[in-house]
Amino acid sequence: MAKGKNRTSQEVNAGSMADIAFLLLIFFLVTTTIASDKGIQNLLPPKQDPNVEPPEIDLNKRNIYNILINANDQLLIEDEYVENTDLLSEDIKDFLLNFGAPDEEAVALFNSLPQSLKARANRDPNSSDHPMNGGAVVSIKTNRGTSYEKYLEVLDQVKRAYFEIYAERVGLTSDQYRALTGKNPAEKALIDKGKEGIPLAISIAEPDKIGGN
Amino acid sequence: MAKFKKKTKTSENIPTSALPDIIFMLLFFFMVTTVLREQDILVEQKLPQATQLQKLEKKTLISYLFVGKPKNTNLYGTEPRIQANDVLINTKDIILWVNQEKDKLSEAERDQITISMKADRDVKMGPISDIQFELREADARKLLYASTGKVQN
Repeated sequence: MAKGKNRTSQEVNAGSMADIAFLLLIFFLVTTTIASDKGIQNLLPPKQDPNVEPPEIDLNKRNIYNILINANDQLLIEDEYVENTDLLSEDIKDFLLNFGAPDEEAVALFNSLPQSLKARANRDPNSSDHPMNGGAVVSIKTNRGTSYEKYLEVLDQVKRAYFEIYAERVGLTSDQYRALTGKNPAEKALIDKGKEGIPLAISIAEPDKIGGN
Repeated sequence: MAKFKKKTKTSENIPTSALPDIIFMLLFFFMVTTVLREQDILVEQKLPQATQLQKLEKKTLISYLFVGKPKNTNLYGTEPRIQANDVLINTKDIILWVNQEKDKLSEAERDQITISMKADRDVKMGPISDIQFELREADARKLLYASTGKVQN
């Protein structure tokens, strides 16, 4: 009789273990949100002192690339109505690298550029003087009723123009350049080399009251 | 014929005894990487798309602001609202909130605080620029427009 009892298996049936684990796995697969902190970086200007008037900076009109987005999400770029943003980044690259009236420093910068970027210099006297400090500025102005999506789309294209210039200077693709973290000195040197002399000059104007609240 | 029969004697079963272990390993991987949402999001969140994305490295420096139409429109109305932590706040409370967030950081890191603004794509620029103005006042100038990736054309 005792022998008969012993015959019953004493192992726990582990066959369904895989199924249980599968269920748990599927649960975590579904609930998991791989946290992504990706986005477009922007540095806001410092706060204004109400007692001090904002400094008047004289910029020639030719040095400002004007982008207006109205409350209907229509674009006015350099006083021309534009349907979409497809050509915007190329146009901005041409504007930034125009070198219409370069001073000595800007000539040195121009000489340091790779051939593909030099080719963009049209020397148009009605476009920007040089991309250095005090030179070309991209200005984005919106209405309060402009959609955030459109604004970001335009900002995205402006950033794209800059990043493609930076990346080209260090011989990377734009994606690779943006992936640089600056954690080690070699990457930091690459980032700085790309940016050197061409500051990210994006001016975001205070939106006016049209179409919003 | 006899020869063929001999061959079939070799076991054709794949050993499945290691399967639970493999599944468990996957399970542990997902358990470890999962970040359970600590907070309910009270506003709609359809992030806009962009191509020129950059990743932020230091997660501890990031504070999140959610902007969008409230999900519970009966209670909060249909106008875009700002959510910080668990509650909906008004624009003028942002300075206070930023200072609270800065207090959580160590002294050396306070001026490096980055605000990740997760704004719904249907929000208008009016509320966004109000928020930006308040952030400037609060001296939290590093801003990230959170967005999802899009294939570049």
